[in-house]
Amino acid sequence: MLNRTADNVARATPEPLARRVRGISDKGLAWLFISPTILLLLAINIFPLFWAIYLSFTNFRANRPNEVVKNLGLANYKRILTDQDIWIAMQTTAHFVFWTILLQTVIGFTLAWLIDRKFRGHAFWTTIILVPMMLSPAVVGNFWRFLYEPQIGLFSYVISFVTGIPPTNVQMLSNVDLAPWSIIIVDTWMWTPYVMLICLAGLRSIPEYIYEAAEVDRASNWRQFWSITLPMALPFIMLAVLFRGIENFKMFDMVNLLTGGGPGSTTEVASITLKRQAFESWRTGYSSAFAIILFVAVFGLANIYVKALNKVKQR
Amino acid sequence: MKSTMKLTLGLASAMLASTAVSNVAHAEDLTLCWAAWDPANALVELSKDFTKETGIGMKFEFVPWTNYADRFLNELNSHGKLCDLIIGDSQWIGGSAENGHYVKLNDFFDKEKISMDDFVPATVVGYSEWPKNTPNYWALPAMGDVVGWTYRKDWFSKPELQKEFKEKYGWDLGPPATFDQLKQIAEFFQKREIDGKTVYGASIYTERGSEGITMGAMDVLYSFGFQYENPKKPYEMEGFVNSEKSVKGLEFYKALYDCCTPPGASNSYMGEGVDAFKSGQVAMHMNFAFTWPGLQKDENVGGDKIGYFANPKGPDGDQFAQLGGQGISVVSYSDKQESALKYIKWFANKDVQAKWWSLGGFSCLNAVVKDPKFPASQPYAQTFLDSMAIVKDFWAEPSYAPLLQASQKRFHDYVVAGQGSAKDALDGLVKDWTQVFQDDGKM
Repeated sequence: MLNRTADNVARATPEPLARRVRGISDKGLAWLFISPTILLLLAINIFPLFWAIYLSFTNFRANRPNEVVKNLGLANYKRILTDQDIWIAMQTTAHFVFWTILLQTVIGFTLAWLIDRKFRGHAFWTTIILVPMMLSPAVVGNFWRFLYEPQIGLFSYVISFVTGIPPTNVQMLSNVDLAPWSIIIVDTWMWTPYVMLICLAGLRSIPEYIYEAAEVDRASNWRQFWSITLPMALPFIMLAVLFRGIENFKMFDMVNLLTGGGPGSTTEVASITLKRQAFESWRTGYSSAFAIILFVAVFGLANIYVKALNKVKQR
Repeated sequence: MKSTMKLTLGLASAMLASTAVSNVAHAEDLTLCWAAWDPANALVELSKDFTKETGIGMKFEFVPWTNYADRFLNELNSHGKLCDLIIGDSQWIGGSAENGHYVKLNDFFDKEKISMDDFVPATVVGYSEWPKNTPNYWALPAMGDVVGWTYRKDWFSKPELQKEFKEKYGWDLGPPATFDQLKQIAEFFQKREIDGKTVYGASIYTERGSEGITMGAMDVLYSFGFQYENPKKPYEMEGFVNSEKSVKGLEFYKALYDCCTPPGASNSYMGEGVDAFKSGQVAMHMNFAFTWPGLQKDENVGGDKIGYFANPKGPDGDQFAQLGGQGISVVSYSDKQESALKYIKWFANKDVQAKWWSLGGFSCLNAVVKDPKFPASQPYAQTFLDSMAIVKDFWAEPSYAPLLQASQKRFHDYVVAGQGSAKDALDGLVKDWTQVFQDDGKM
């Protein structure tokens, strides 16, 4: 049947076209198929990257296209690396990334381990746990803003009920000490299920016979966990950490919706600073340099991490 | 069969013809870009008269305030043709003039005998001129606006509260004449039980993302003696921006935020202020005058329950207020500049301006605001006039955006986050602004 169709197509192909196609090698044909994708990638990924690298050495401003563009050499990079505010934003980002990853990994793995026990109704609870991850960050940001509202927010009332502090004093988004944690809580609530899923895949990939052998050797549950479960699930946990790390390093939407970087600059992570420089202050050259620095930092750290991940896998 | 065919052909031709006609009409439509707020609705209503008179249809592109600058500055910077007319913020005038986004209107004004002397002087300087105080016009003053205050007249007139207030502060509870008095009133109402509900002193601007805290803090700083630069030496800011008086002004703003605002009001701007006042949370409310017509009509807090006052005086008796409002400009990338200019000519007309005011817009035409009947035309009309007489505006330089971002950060860091001192914040501001002007080659 298939052969007949192919024959029909071959017969229907006009002779000049058929001759031309016959003249193309397999490699040429492959290039013909992938070239549109490559061109698209060049246009929307590679060209902007090189263009941003070029702009990072200039004083270009997108809101003043008629102005003469001056080459500044490394001045933008020097200014960024010596700018106190940029370092504060990087510290804020590091604080956010560290705590979200730690909490999400610990809670996510614990949940995965519990779900893997396959208790009655575990499928239902798995679905419930996954719900936050399925929501749009815009929705999550907005409803958590209401939950945190000191006068009407449910969160404030729960804290008040537990601690006895008046709800109007629980100012999660206005208090300098609490605001960073308000974002960490929301991000953890939303993305722990994602980490849980990856960990669950890791746990389910451990062959049952290893545990049976351990049982025969009378290994305790604790021993089984430390010697079998954790080492064998570690590559998956590390993968989840990598994904969440990259994602949270460029976190923008949740911070923007919940605090807008405030109070003051307490929650101003690097991506918020970058957006302000690029699209509010219109320092295109300067912000390009900042973007390149961030790109190199993430790329470098991710590479080191992937090498470590490969080593763990090979063990 | 034949007749059915004829009917079908006839209908099809009629449909084609009507589509063609409507396309022709749409080709003439003008698009006006502005912020999505109450006055924009009034302008839609007003513009129906323009369409009736000229046959030119009007389309509107309104964007919420939080995205207004981002959206339209992107549009202008990318030389977009979306807007034929734009009501751009007063601070955009420098950049839009120098970057060629707006059509210069001098020749048009001369030709149509539109005189800038017919408009409130502060609005001409604020919305139309670039460079400032030179007769180079890029916009027609369209919407006068200024920061002022509303207060709960019904609470202020409660005899028991009046008595208690007089005993505590030694003067009669009423609209404050000075900022010190304003703070006393705010403290008096803070966390007080009124009609079984806990209320708070005042709602002030604290928003971080766009321009909120700068508009609020400047509104106070001007009356304390803040100056942007040395009047004799442009761009010299040391000792003016961070003068002792300015430091006192910023300390006052922080004290007002700390003592007397509702819980969680760390990111409040126009919308949040209106919500706080409408929901009966606050005794006083700082906001632009455009919010007043809506509040006046509100069933719960409007009518006899609301009063208005202009920005009070500072410690040395200086009294200024932050200018808001916008001018209307023709976008230089528009293909319909001729029709857009017709709209501006129509809008400058006295009768149109009078109707603009009656619909809820704030006219800047002298013939309207200096009419003897004007002060009594609305309960807030006199306060609007008083406030417009004392306005000052933020930098309108082409680099206004980085200048604004710097003040947003410095003020929010100090006032809301409590980091450093007022002196640190203003010294930092001088440093940031100096850097911006150095980058621009102006220093």
